[in-house]
Amino acid sequence: MRKARDWLPGLLLVLPSIILIGIFVYGLIGWNFQLSLTDKHLPGPKPGEFVGLDNYVALWELKRWTDSVWNLVVFTVVFLGGAMLLGFVLALLLDKPIRGEMTFRTVYLFPMAVSFIATGIVWRWLMASDSAAGLNGLFGAVGLGALVDGQTWWRDPETGMVAMALPAIWQLAGYVMALFLAGFRGVSEDLREAGRVDGATEWQVYRHVVLPQLRPVLMVAIVIMGHMSLKVFDLIVAVAGNSTVAEVPAVYMWKMVFDVRDPAFGASIASHLLLAVAVLVIPYLVWNMRNERDSS
Amino acid sequence: MTAATETPDTPVERTREPAPQQKQQWNRPAVTRLLRYAVMLAFALFFLIPMYVLLVTSFKPLAEATSAQAWNLPNPATWTVDTWSSVWGQLAPSLWNSVVLAVPAVLISSVLGSLNGFVMAKWRFPGSDVVFTLFLFGMFIPYQAVMIPLRQMMTDAGLMADGGSLFPLILAHAVFGIPICTLIFRNYYAGIPTTLIEAARVDGAGLIRTYASVMLPNSAPAFAVTIIWQFTSVWNDFLFAVFLTNTENAPVTVALNNVAGSMVAPYNEQMAAALLASLPTLLVYIFLGRFFMRGLMAGALKG
Amino acid sequence: MRAGWKAVGAAALAGVLMATGCSGGGGGDDAGKKVEIFSWWTGGGEEAGLNALIEKFEKDTDYTVENAAVAGGSGTNAQAKLQARLEAQDPPESFQGHAGKELQENIEAGYLEPLTDFYKDEGLNDVLPKELTEQSSTDGEVYSVPVGVHRSNVLWFNPKVLEEAGIEKPPETTEDFIKALKAVKDETDAAPITLGVQWTADHLLENVLLAELGQEGYQALWQEDADWDSPEVTKALEDFEEISGYAETKGGDWQEAAQAVVDGDAAFNVMGDWAAGYFVNDLKKKDGEDFGYVAYPDTDGTYLWLADTFTLPVGAKNSEGTMEWLKLVSSKEGQDLFNPIKGSIPARTDADPEKYDGYLKWALGEWSDAKLAGSYWHGVSATNRQKDSIDNAVGNFLSDKDPDALQKGLVEAAKNP
Repeated sequence: MRKARDWLPGLLLVLPSIILIGIFVYGLIGWNFQLSLTDKHLPGPKPGEFVGLDNYVALWELKRWTDSVWNLVVFTVVFLGGAMLLGFVLALLLDKPIRGEMTFRTVYLFPMAVSFIATGIVWRWLMASDSAAGLNGLFGAVGLGALVDGQTWWRDPETGMVAMALPAIWQLAGYVMALFLAGFRGVSEDLREAGRVDGATEWQVYRHVVLPQLRPVLMVAIVIMGHMSLKVFDLIVAVAGNSTVAEVPAVYMWKMVFDVRDPAFGASIASHLLLAVAVLVIPYLVWNMRNERDSS
Repeated sequence: MTAATETPDTPVERTREPAPQQKQQWNRPAVTRLLRYAVMLAFALFFLIPMYVLLVTSFKPLAEATSAQAWNLPNPATWTVDTWSSVWGQLAPSLWNSVVLAVPAVLISSVLGSLNGFVMAKWRFPGSDVVFTLFLFGMFIPYQAVMIPLRQMMTDAGLMADGGSLFPLILAHAVFGIPICTLIFRNYYAGIPTTLIEAARVDGAGLIRTYASVMLPNSAPAFAVTIIWQFTSVWNDFLFAVFLTNTENAPVTVALNNVAGSMVAPYNEQMAAALLASLPTLLVYIFLGRFFMRGLMAGALKG
Repeated sequence: MRAGWKAVGAAALAGVLMATGCSGGGGGDDAGKKVEIFSWWTGGGEEAGLNALIEKFEKDTDYTVENAAVAGGSGTNAQAKLQARLEAQDPPESFQGHAGKELQENIEAGYLEPLTDFYKDEGLNDVLPKELTEQSSTDGEVYSVPVGVHRSNVLWFNPKVLEEAGIEKPPETTEDFIKALKAVKDETDAAPITLGVQWTADHLLENVLLAELGQEGYQALWQEDADWDSPEVTKALEDFEEISGYAETKGGDWQEAAQAVVDGDAAFNVMGDWAAGYFVNDLKKKDGEDFGYVAYPDTDGTYLWLADTFTLPVGAKNSEGTMEWLKLVSSKEGQDLFNPIKGSIPARTDADPEKYDGYLKWALGEWSDAKLAGSYWHGVSATNRQKDSIDNAVGNFLSDKDPDALQKGLVEAAKNP
């Protein structure tokens, strides 16, 4: 163990951040959890009584809650799968030097620079359900109307959340591409060259040399996309407004807090969101920490 | 769309493909390249379509701004920039609010992140990896999980009253930006040779001086990444913005969501407003995207 | 390289100072004569009407108004801001809200002063319809003062499309209405009826309920022992299923759905009477030519109403100023100034009919001797919690088209209002 004189200044330098994170992240999480265990169902200064897990039990008895969870699951699967796949394909396309690479990369990446609120406005139009409007109209105009005949997009009770994932994929596939591209470029050209010398085709080089090295990037991408998906809110609100068919837990919470004004119930939904993210992220963080320890 | 003007058979520099052994060796790479361009163009179109609709609709008068006419170019006889000027009038104050919000929030979290990153990469203390991991978790938490008590805390601190300021929102963004900035800087600093630091220490430099003389001069790429990243996420944030601002100081996302009056929502104005509100972050990406990618590749998010 | 470090620090500090410096403006000038009026009227006739009121207020009294209007679709974002202010116990002098149960949580949380005495002192009980005051009261107390009234039960139609479909006059009963919808579907290319976003279906539902249950039956739904399981409700929901079955859902909020009628793309639309202003002022359409209107079938003689009102928050810094403001908005003069501009009718029954024309003239005539039923979607009859639950049931219905499930949802929604 090193002497305190050596490491103490470091700790002191980080201390302000530790305090801030301690209060804003962990303190508030605790507070939210405590609130979710009370019956404070009204705004105003009056505190609530402790009721244990009543709100949680009540929540799981509601079909509305399980519906919203199901919507989120469908959305997450489609969004995650779509964004990863598209991002990967884009990265493959751009990996090898090509004229105009910069332009293409900027075009693919730019949607993530724009807020969901802004893009939601236009996606609401594109996914309009009348046959003459939006994407339906476009497909019709180029003679592919049959493909989208009667397509109601996110309004469809069965497949609505699949359509809802479309703008999200549009928004973030470029980001996944950037992650993969960084990963590809992190694989040394020597290694690839070695593969080629051994007579491997370009495809085999990717499969056997590049891909195995991409596991960390893949994990990061899944964790980042996954946690974004679990807390998805702006996009849904901007595209579908308050429509029940597209309700996800974060939107449900919003309604409970702002429309119904029930802090305790809202807090219990928030706790669920946190839990879902924790289940996804904590294993990754632990894995990450172990790796770091091993390597240092 | 400059890419569209390039002919597909333009020779590619730095081609590294090994000489193909097939008989038709003269046309196979060309065909592949053509295909590759076609696919890339198709994807580029996919990404640009929504922007096209935003753009053309923002120049249409209200009566033509319907989703049924989304694909039409503005009618040459009736197109108008009135929408833009009216939207500018509505959004200008909130655009300024967003600037006032983003600048300090981004700088504070970048500076703190840089200090933390330095300590956690090069000046560790016992348990620093645990602290780092606890920080990282803060990067992933859904804002919803802290939202209700956060506002309560700000209210209790007297910061939410009218005539209050953007301070609660700046504070929240600054703090919740610390984790990602710490991560980016830590990973970036990890690549700086430890020998440099040891040399500085041998010269008798303390923590701060080592940071200022060795790390900071080399930090520009990492700052570029955190600044771009934080700027984008602060600028685009909606949830905190709605919860933590009051009447006069709503940032632009909130204003954008509001362009609709209470009963009449003019679509052309919504589209123009969406573009206007996105312009700053778009420009950052277009002009600094190169930097962003370089930062990514420098291992910023290698995690 | 110290200089670089310092520059970063200085820039950060400057940022903070700038942020705190340039936003400190709002708070300081709390002279006793400032009246802050909070609303979500930021555009069109709403804004113009409010400005006219403010101008008159500042001329007649020695108060100055701070117009704290927050834009936002149906006021959602304004609500968010308002809640923050109320929680911080720093309310504006008065805020705008719909009359009725929409204010319930604010009342229960102790944010609002009752205005029952103000009604007495100002003689409002004599000039406001008795039913309006009753339907917007909570436990015998009234908490806000209406400035203008809107009507929910209006059926908008396109005369040319009706003619093309061989419909001689706009339907007066639900039965005729459904026949007309079918005729439009069979005879024309136009959509029989249009809907917009989900709440437009809630809006349709309140009209269908009123049509089937009548004014008394509809009002009974919002009492404590309401019976949502009755055969009348079942019948209403069957009508709702049939009517909404003819609907084409348009993108956008309510506007595209309404616009389809005046553009000749649809025959009917059920929407509140703010649509009239949209047609005439924004879309430049002609009353009687491009569109016509009647009371929703089977609801003639009843005004399914909602009202814009102003309140007196607990702890308002300048409550005397609030009282002056409330006096203006409840006066004949104030209402006749505000409503023609906003496109609503005065709540008072002694308004000057000369000031209203077009749709409003007709509406005012209907108002003077109508029975009143409180809109649930627009805040009068249902608490926010019940409204939210109903909306959820309606949303599910739009997906599964199951009227039984809808009725169960409505019964549930009424249990925990």
